[in-house]
Amino acid sequence: MNYSIQEIWGFLKEVEDPEIPVLNVVEMGIVRDVQLEDNKVIVLITPTYSGCPAMHAIEQDVREMLVEMHVEDFDVKTILSPAWTTDWMTEEARVKLEAYGIAPPQKGSADKNLLMGKLRDVRCPRCKSSQTAMVSQFGSTACKSLYKCEDCKEPFDYFKCI
Amino acid sequence: MKKEEALALHLADNNLILGQRLSEWCGHGPVLEEDIALSNMALDYIGQATLLFKHLAEASGDNKTEDDWAFLRDAWDYKNFLALELPNGDYAFTIARQYLYSEWYNLYLIELSKSSNTFLQEFALKSVKEVRYHLQHGRDWVLRMGDGTEESHARIQKAVNDIWSYTGEWFIPNTNDTDLSSTGICPNVESLHQTWMENVQATLNEATLQMPVSGWMHKGGREGKHTEHLGHLLSEMQFLQRTYPNSKW
Repeated sequence: MNYSIQEIWGFLKEVEDPEIPVLNVVEMGIVRDVQLEDNKVIVLITPTYSGCPAMHAIEQDVREMLVEMHVEDFDVKTILSPAWTTDWMTEEARVKLEAYGIAPPQKGSADKNLLMGKLRDVRCPRCKSSQTAMVSQFGSTACKSLYKCEDCKEPFDYFKCI
Repeated sequence: MKKEEALALHLADNNLILGQRLSEWCGHGPVLEEDIALSNMALDYIGQATLLFKHLAEASGDNKTEDDWAFLRDAWDYKNFLALELPNGDYAFTIARQYLYSEWYNLYLIELSKSSNTFLQEFALKSVKEVRYHLQHGRDWVLRMGDGTEESHARIQKAVNDIWSYTGEWFIPNTNDTDLSSTGICPNVESLHQTWMENVQATLNEATLQMPVSGWMHKGGREGKHTEHLGHLLSEMQFLQRTYPNSKW
């Protein structure tokens, strides 16, 4: 089957992130580009973290989606540059993350936040209180930190800036 | 092997061996959050090693994969720094190594991100983002232990003293490095030494710790001359592939 680049993007938006199923791999910024070389579809993906164990699953899921849609000739390539950043996450994705119970990453470069030493104004995704504290910089997956809410006392994940 | 590839191998081995060491803490951390933190960092290191080994496998062009590099080489083929293969010791020793090495690796990657070699440059830009978090973690814990109880202070001071003689080789370029740095492909590690010393001094001061006196230093990792500990580490890590060759997960 021959599809337009736009249609391929549409299929890829159906591929969920295996760790955060409310987001698809396009919203996550993992799919960097879709190219057509003659009739061959090239999908370029980039890892969030170097060691993200979900990358294998994501590549596999992208391949399966393309096979399912009868795209005959395709390749999925991994690129490292430009390096993935949480700044690529869309506003829509941030809203979905918070509704799912994960505080979305703060905007602006990760560098600035790290220089300040501490992150500020991470809002509790449950009760929306800004009285929160970091428990650990490293959380349940490479891309998250562990926080707790001082008001509703619930622990929660924060999608950390990178 | 090309000069750039020899450098990539050294960096890959550093990452793989430290990643393997840190993964030993999984399920044994002093508190749950630290167990998770060290496992996360182990994953970052092993991920970075995978990127480098994949690049080497592609460059070799003989159907090798990253697993061949990790699982089918012997201790003398490994080019990692000696500090990274040492057993984890107590938590203070693990943290002292994490902190001192992260200070080095962060500086190294900042310089490597200016490399004229596209792959190394892209690798550095990607990895430095992860290593910044490792550095912050290590530094926080050195401060907490140094400026903590009498017991924690004594332990972290001993750990810093014990690892110190393994930091010397981080700043000695081999002839391969010298050739590469003269053409802007990799940093000159000698030039990182002063900044590293200043950063470490600042952290140790704040942590109320003494800077160790630099004396005789261990070296040999770059030439494949390792401590007895690397063989033990490899025998565990490589067991499956050595016992059941070509088995797949």
